[in-house]
Amino acid sequence: MKEQLEALQQEALAKINDVNEMKNLQDIRVAYLGKKGSITKVLKGMGKLSPEERPVIGEVANNVRNAITEAVEEKAAELEEIALNKQLEEETIDVTLPGRKVNVGGPHLLTSIVEEIEDLFIGMGYEVKEGPEVETDYYNFEALNLPKDHPARDMQDSFYITNELLLRTHTSPVQARTMEAYKGQKPFKMICPGKVYRRDSDDATHSHQFTQIEGLLVDKNVRMSDLKGTLDKFAKHMFGEDREIRLRPSFFPFTEPSVEMDISCKVCNGEGCSICKGTGWIEILGGGMVHPKVLEMGGYDPKVYSGFAFGMGPERIAMLKYGVSDIRSFYTNDIRFLKQYHHA
Amino acid sequence: MYVSYNWLNQYVDLGGISPEKLAEKITKSGIEIEGIEYFGEKVTDVVVGHVLSCEQHPNADKLSLCQVDVGTETLQIVCGAPNVAEGQKVAVAKPGAVLPGGFKIKKVKLRGVESNGMICSLQELGVKEKFVPQEFVDGIYIFQDDVEIGQDVTPLLNLNDAVLELDVLANRADALSMLGVAYEVAAILDKPVDLPTETTNSNESEDAKDYISVEVEANDLNKYYSAFIIKDVVIKPSPLWMQNYLLAAGIRPINNVVDITNYVLLEYGQPLHAFDYDKFASDKVLVRRANDGEGIVTLDGQTRKLSNDDLVITNGLVPTALAGVMGGLDSEVTDETSTILLEAAYFDGTTVRRTVKKTGLRSESSTRFEKGVDPERVKRAGLRACYLLEKYAEGKVLQGVSEYDDLDYSEKTVVIETNHVNNRLGSSISDDEIAAILSRLQFSFEQDGSEFTIHVPTRRQDISIFEDMLEEIARIYGYDHLPFTLPEGTGQVGALTEYQQLKRKIRAYLQGVGLMENRTYSLISEHDVNKLISPEIREQNPVPIALAKPMSEDHKYLRLSILPGLVRSLTYNLARNHADVAYYETGAVYISKEEKITKQPQENLRVAGAVTGNWVDHKWQGEVKPVDFYVVKGIVEGLFEQLKLTVKFEQAKLEDMHPGRTAVIKLEDQVVGFLGQLHPILAKEADLKETYVFDINLDSALEAYENEPSYVEIPKYPAISRDIAFILDKSTSAGDVKNLIESVGAPLVQSVEIFDLYEGEHLETGKKSIAYHLVYQDPEKTLKDEEVEASYQEIVKAVESQFNGYVRS
Repeated sequence: MKEQLEALQQEALAKINDVNEMKNLQDIRVAYLGKKGSITKVLKGMGKLSPEERPVIGEVANNVRNAITEAVEEKAAELEEIALNKQLEEETIDVTLPGRKVNVGGPHLLTSIVEEIEDLFIGMGYEVKEGPEVETDYYNFEALNLPKDHPARDMQDSFYITNELLLRTHTSPVQARTMEAYKGQKPFKMICPGKVYRRDSDDATHSHQFTQIEGLLVDKNVRMSDLKGTLDKFAKHMFGEDREIRLRPSFFPFTEPSVEMDISCKVCNGEGCSICKGTGWIEILGGGMVHPKVLEMGGYDPKVYSGFAFGMGPERIAMLKYGVSDIRSFYTNDIRFLKQYHHA
Repeated sequence: MYVSYNWLNQYVDLGGISPEKLAEKITKSGIEIEGIEYFGEKVTDVVVGHVLSCEQHPNADKLSLCQVDVGTETLQIVCGAPNVAEGQKVAVAKPGAVLPGGFKIKKVKLRGVESNGMICSLQELGVKEKFVPQEFVDGIYIFQDDVEIGQDVTPLLNLNDAVLELDVLANRADALSMLGVAYEVAAILDKPVDLPTETTNSNESEDAKDYISVEVEANDLNKYYSAFIIKDVVIKPSPLWMQNYLLAAGIRPINNVVDITNYVLLEYGQPLHAFDYDKFASDKVLVRRANDGEGIVTLDGQTRKLSNDDLVITNGLVPTALAGVMGGLDSEVTDETSTILLEAAYFDGTTVRRTVKKTGLRSESSTRFEKGVDPERVKRAGLRACYLLEKYAEGKVLQGVSEYDDLDYSEKTVVIETNHVNNRLGSSISDDEIAAILSRLQFSFEQDGSEFTIHVPTRRQDISIFEDMLEEIARIYGYDHLPFTLPEGTGQVGALTEYQQLKRKIRAYLQGVGLMENRTYSLISEHDVNKLISPEIREQNPVPIALAKPMSEDHKYLRLSILPGLVRSLTYNLARNHADVAYYETGAVYISKEEKITKQPQENLRVAGAVTGNWVDHKWQGEVKPVDFYVVKGIVEGLFEQLKLTVKFEQAKLEDMHPGRTAVIKLEDQVVGFLGQLHPILAKEADLKETYVFDINLDSALEAYENEPSYVEIPKYPAISRDIAFILDKSTSAGDVKNLIESVGAPLVQSVEIFDLYEGEHLETGKKSIAYHLVYQDPEKTLKDEEVEASYQEIVKAVESQFNGYVRS
């Protein structure tokens, strides 16, 4: 009987080894181990054995059964893996076909530049202030030391609505309003970005609407060298650590002394080229020490307080930084233009 | 202001510094040089020649054969210029000369005749056309008779001059004169200034007062008036050097008298006016305000209507000049003039400015009066002109002058202290350095240790306070020499306000869902201004705000909606074959309810979007879907979710919008915007296909935002979900049913979601089926089936009774 069992085992294992399909494997299992299987049949003859032989054969039978079961399981696992691999192979796709594109928009280039400048100055402790675009003559001009009939008003031909109301020509009225709000008491630093308007015909370098960011710091003991240091930080942040700055005297009615800031030309590194008109320098912004009359009108005692102010045009900065050649591009909203910079 | 290098060199020894170097120094010290233009180029072997004879070339109709005396020899030259003639003095390039552009002059044969040089036009000598006098543009240049034969033409024709273009800003009126620039350059280079001659040699017995008296009636607008008389002038061309300097400054030479007044205007910055005394027809100058309705024919032949705001010079009866702006035609100096009445006056800048604005007659004279002339130089300019008229117009200058003088010649005093200067500049300038700077500026001062009492010369009207002096010191010291420091100040924390952060958040959200930010103009056309206005603005009956003087019809009104601008952006792109565009913009609209605006308008911050073309475009997968109402609604819903705000959408019929595909957005029963499909007629007008838009009052939304994040416990007990499908009338809105389910199901129903909409087969006509997915949850305990069932039945009953709906089986 032992021999019989061992022969069956040999036979079963050989069959299992040759099997290729799951179904056949199950058939083999049933054929040997099922209720009517050949092993079972053999074991049915166990009753005829002597009590001494029974445990011996019993153990042999168990071993045979285990060996076959194990072989079936192993084979099953093997077949499953083959089947899975085959299926996965069939599921292969062409990874070079384009993906389902997710539409992502983006900020306008001017917004990117404004926010970059805002963040820089916020980092230096500045607040961001906003104000109305339709201004009174007082805040746009008079509070900034530009009385009516002042010749400097010609510098910025304005869009008037009435004799007293106009579209602001600069964001400086926000400075005047901020000083007034702080009632001449509190030292502060702020920047004010926003839309401004001038009576210009639109062409490649002029736009009747454009953007401005101005800054104002009022405190005790503010020095002109502080303005120089602050602008240097700004220029290096916006245009690169290797840029140099140069301040030139200039004139604005609301500052005295006044400055104009140039940065060394990136294209020629200061050698002189067509971009910088051969001078090696490119004009970026204007500024100066707040005029005592402006402080006074804002409620600050110029004997106690001093301050500096500066103003710049994000359009100009964008044009210099990215080589945008026509200022109108900022307002026509050509998708090709917007997409170029929407990662900026 | 155009400044000739050679002319400037007459007052300040420039020591041969190159024009470029000089320009850089001036720029860095405060007056920007916008450009340098060379008058011409230096040439050699080009001399003055005398045309001894001029005959027709034997073999060519258009050429002349000339014998020209060049001092050392006589040259035979073939000349093609139409204006060459015997007796002329001309510029001759001798053989061996090299003209600009490398053109070498050689002995040649022209049509068989020897030609030993060339008679030159100014252009051939490298003179830029703008500097060439009109009569010589089309031919050779002809010298005045008094030039010496054989002389080098380079200095004569000012060929080696460079012209610096100064951008003089409003404060530096002093730099609108050669003398002013000379003082500036002298300070920069630390050199003295040589002043021009002002004394005549006249020993005339007659006195100007015998010929003219001066009365100033408008003595608030005219503080000084002087009248000089010069007799027996000979009108002729002015000397060549003067013409060259005028040309360099951009002024056309006319005759010696006019040229001299212009020359002195440029030299002193003081406008002068020469009247023909005989035609002035009076022995009295009366300066007064014009009478309303009075007229004058100005030099340009135009009749000007005057009013009481204008200041006029009269002969006691009628106006003969618009003070400081332009003279009258009747008393103009002509070739027949022999006696001149010369005016040197100080007119009120504001008055001149008003007249200029009204008449549009801006000139070299008016500009200077507007910006303010130097009181100390007014009379001197008159004297200088007398000197020049005597010398170059053979005039007899009568002694004395008729004048009215109420002018303030006092110098302003500014006291500065070295420490104060250094504290403001952040510098460490010494007392000695300050003293040196003041000397270079030629400001007189008294020094007491580190305190300086400075007497500001009248030419510098821009300096009156400490800060003005601070700038003078800083700029001569050099802005370059100031250190770089950062403000010490108090530690203010910089941060965006919540409002500003939310604005950035909204922009980031819209960009994240696929919209590109736009910038459109605030000023729009009349056509656009009444379009696509949100109902909560329209119901206020806003009056569009118009500019008083628009530059164009396209930009005339302040916008009441961002959408017309966005629609134009879409049209622009569609015209360039970009059909799928999704845009948004944040910005103000300007609301005024006043028929005639007197107050600042309300500036209402809004966010608007416009989407056209395909929203989903996965072509090879076959998934291409054009934008529809629900795309835009989804974007708007998400936006309010970002702000943690619940809004309602209500069907609406709005102007410019599709009548069946438009909703207003309500926040707590207030309209805060709208969305929907652009009316097809409007879309067609803009060459657009189906286009969806939204417009939201961002101010209202941000105001409603409450930032109070509080922790809500995550439920521990399981949720149970139920689906119900109702058969409803087609006109019943899904949202209303949803609202009902929510209110009846509260508090156990946590969410209600619509997951199916069906119309058509197997349903009665006029009916639709909407399926809702309900989630029940009790935060306190595990829900029992009976509780859910009870609520479910209640909901079914409510929908039945309120909407006549029943459960679809």
